[in-house]
Amino acid sequence: MSGQVIDYHNKTPLEGATLFIFQNKLESRTDAKGNFSIENLCPGSYTLEVSHPECRTILMDIQVDGDTKIDVKLEHHLEELDEVKVVGNILRDKTNSAQEETLTLNTLENYSAGNLGDALKELGGVSTLNTGANIVKPAIHGLNGSRVLVLNDGVRMQDMEWGAEHAPTIDINSAGSVSVIKGASALQYGGDAIGGVIVAEQARIPSKDTLYGKTILNGVSNGRGGNIVSELTKAYASGWFVKAQGSYKIMGDHEAPDYVLSNTGVREIAASLQLGKHTFTWGWDARYSYFNTEIAILRASHIGNVDDLIRSINSGEPGVIRPFTHNLQNPRQDVTHHLGKLKFYKRFEGLGKLNLQYDFQSNRRFEYDIRRGERDNTPSIDLELTTHTLSTDFKWDTKDDLNILVGLMGRYQDNFANPDTGVRRLIPDYEKVDFGSFLIGEYRVSNQFLVDVGLRYDYNRVNAQKYYQTSRWEERGYDDEFQDFIVEDLGTQLLVNPVLDFHNVSATIGGKYVTSNRSTIKFNYALAQRGPNPSELFSDGLHHSAARIELGDLRNDSETSHKVTTTFEKDFSNWGILVEPYANWVQNFIVLEPTGVEYTVRGAFPVWEYRQTDARLLGIDFSAYSYWTEQWTTNHKFSLVKGQDVENETPLINMPAANLRNSITFSRPKWNGFEASLESQYVFRQNEAPENITVFSPEQQEDVVLEINTPPAAYHLLGFRSKIEFPISDRTKLTTSLTINNLLNTSYRDYLNRQRLFADDLGRNFILQLKLNY
Amino acid sequence: MKTIKILSLLAFAGTTFMACSSDDDAPEVINEEETITTMTISLVPDGGGTTITLQSQDLDGDGPNAPEITVSGNLAASTTYSGSVVLLNETESPAENITEEVEEEDEEHQFFYVTTGSIESVTYDDEDDDGNPVGLEFTLVTGAAGDATLAATLRHEPKKPNDGTLADAGGETDFTETFMLTVE
Repeated sequence: MSGQVIDYHNKTPLEGATLFIFQNKLESRTDAKGNFSIENLCPGSYTLEVSHPECRTILMDIQVDGDTKIDVKLEHHLEELDEVKVVGNILRDKTNSAQEETLTLNTLENYSAGNLGDALKELGGVSTLNTGANIVKPAIHGLNGSRVLVLNDGVRMQDMEWGAEHAPTIDINSAGSVSVIKGASALQYGGDAIGGVIVAEQARIPSKDTLYGKTILNGVSNGRGGNIVSELTKAYASGWFVKAQGSYKIMGDHEAPDYVLSNTGVREIAASLQLGKHTFTWGWDARYSYFNTEIAILRASHIGNVDDLIRSINSGEPGVIRPFTHNLQNPRQDVTHHLGKLKFYKRFEGLGKLNLQYDFQSNRRFEYDIRRGERDNTPSIDLELTTHTLSTDFKWDTKDDLNILVGLMGRYQDNFANPDTGVRRLIPDYEKVDFGSFLIGEYRVSNQFLVDVGLRYDYNRVNAQKYYQTSRWEERGYDDEFQDFIVEDLGTQLLVNPVLDFHNVSATIGGKYVTSNRSTIKFNYALAQRGPNPSELFSDGLHHSAARIELGDLRNDSETSHKVTTTFEKDFSNWGILVEPYANWVQNFIVLEPTGVEYTVRGAFPVWEYRQTDARLLGIDFSAYSYWTEQWTTNHKFSLVKGQDVENETPLINMPAANLRNSITFSRPKWNGFEASLESQYVFRQNEAPENITVFSPEQQEDVVLEINTPPAAYHLLGFRSKIEFPISDRTKLTTSLTINNLLNTSYRDYLNRQRLFADDLGRNFILQLKLNY
Repeated sequence: MKTIKILSLLAFAGTTFMACSSDDDAPEVINEEETITTMTISLVPDGGGTTITLQSQDLDGDGPNAPEITVSGNLAASTTYSGSVVLLNETESPAENITEEVEEEDEEHQFFYVTTGSIESVTYDDEDDDGNPVGLEFTLVTGAAGDATLAATLRHEPKKPNDGTLADAGGETDFTETFMLTVE
């Protein structure tokens, strides 16, 4: 028998590949031209193992009948190489030169009873904008909302991310790993990630005959509830697999150290089913996931007018404190997200890999307010957002030193605002069409130096149908500029049909240099453009939870961001450091801030307008670790960001305060995998916030300062976590862990919690977790 | 074979895509049911005389226009007036009477009257099923001639009973207006 071993991708011959026949233990090696021969084989069927130091080993069944010639193709791949080289890091980076960090399954499981946002805060430069403890919006390098894309198993989430009190509708327990790219450099996901991208991925399912699963049970003291998560995977050597997963969470009122935070319970149900077939050359998978959450909003944060707000701020204690209950009452949200995905891939010999994906998403949001009459069960907000996306990309990887990825994306979105609410729509009915295309190249200059470039173009068209109050239309000055949008005049209201087009270009260039003494230096520049979201364009109405009138502007145009990041990473024998400075200049940055007061029969309300300005964000993330002894490790993290409105020379609103995290861990694998750690988190006071506004208080009959922007004091929290494992059988393992958050039961308020004006943050919390792997 | 299945699934998905394409029907107009546009307070002097009406009207609700305030005339000194309140939603036609809704849910509502200057007192003349005041009916007594203000505030879900001050009652403001009056 003779033949040749070649590389699957670029068809170059492979030298030094070993061929081994199981039945008679015969062995051979390939020469410089990839040729081999094995003599003296009797006719019959054999199992042949082909291996190469830089390739994945394959087994193949062969038939020998006289002089047999076979060609073997091995997958000789850069990607796979990187995976092996980086010890302890099985997850490949999404980008070459951008700042990025990944949460592994272990960390995600620690936060199994919480939210995705809570877990992401472990990463440098990631903060959250909260509405209480249940609505947690991740912010990257100080930016959140539409500036942060969330990818859930390859699908860009379309879940009304425009609202400050809208959290990502994603179950933390459904992800196998979560990566954060701190900037817009990952152009394959979208060009508008001025803040960054969060990529939640599924754990890889092995191609072997196996059945495995896990169940996690959490008991949580603060909220007197818990959750259960279960998943089961069946896989076959042929590449077929099926995976089912589900979780349920129930929590009552949370508690601050001194009082019950009335009406802060939550219910959450999530489930997903995934099946498909993955082989090396082709494969497909289908996934459906369901997510439903019902969140009660702190009763005391629902207020009437500016006087009620002044009263709440001055009293220092929530206006409503009731006995603990598991019931959820108004105000509350009820959000359901359906996601369906169908993906197909095929590798072409000597060419590359083609992906084709269709996904469907439906997001339904109900917000229930405290209302007069028999309307408590009629939502005040009822929105249904439906999205279809078709995308395809092709990765050209035949060259060892060059990878090229090209892609196309088309999306159709429909928002329906149900009129049955009896409340004027905050967000109107609209249809949106997106089209995107990108090209990304990665070139290996030398084994130590990799450069990358990318270019993307996006087109968005928003076609909305909205009723404006005639008085609002004129107050905005739209009667001069947009009179031709008017479809119908109903006297006090106007039906208008704005059709707005946005053309956005994004680009990136960067390099990564790895020195021989284990240092990494990365540099990246990203240009990103983002079209305004529906809230920034159309928002028009009273927000009870914030006691403010929010006004969008039809004139708002795309934001343009220029972000420069650098990374210095150095690992010594038992310690290492990572320093990541960055600068982000955003032209036409859309900010929502107080501009004045309007009077209604309910009293005075501050008016918050979306306006555009030029902004500059400068920041640095720093982290270090040290292995003191085999058992003792410490970790240190510090993040700082400064946001400035450069046009008005004022600080930007809602910028995270500097924070410092230090932890010490003791681990002794011999003692049943015992691990214990103590973490200290110090959050500085945010000293740079916009000025407060002065409003006329009808109740006090005078001008008063509304301390809406005054940041709360600095605070320090201690946390404890311990873990121990009990093997039950060969394949079954029980892991128990105890987590205590806010160990000292400290009363504090966080600048980025929108409920800080009304109540303290959470008190001490014990979480007991049982995890069974089987 | 498998490829065919996948292609048919994709075709199916594509059909769904087409089927969902736009309907160009205009959305339904919403006239807010809960808006209170108008509060009218009638003050009828005991023993005869001119009825004084105080009105606050904001026809665009939460829109940019401020409420319009009208006071029909001056109050007489040292006089007892019987006061009553009517709330309307005039964005609907015919105008909806919101007073009835407040009466039905009187345990969850209360008017508060805060005065300055030449008004001696305001006392409640009505109560809810629990015996707590509501304030749709009240008695106002004027003092000597001079300037006065009357602030009327309707609170939803206040603490009941309360000590009669807005600060103690809490809840949310559904309507509030301060009228500048002259007592002669």
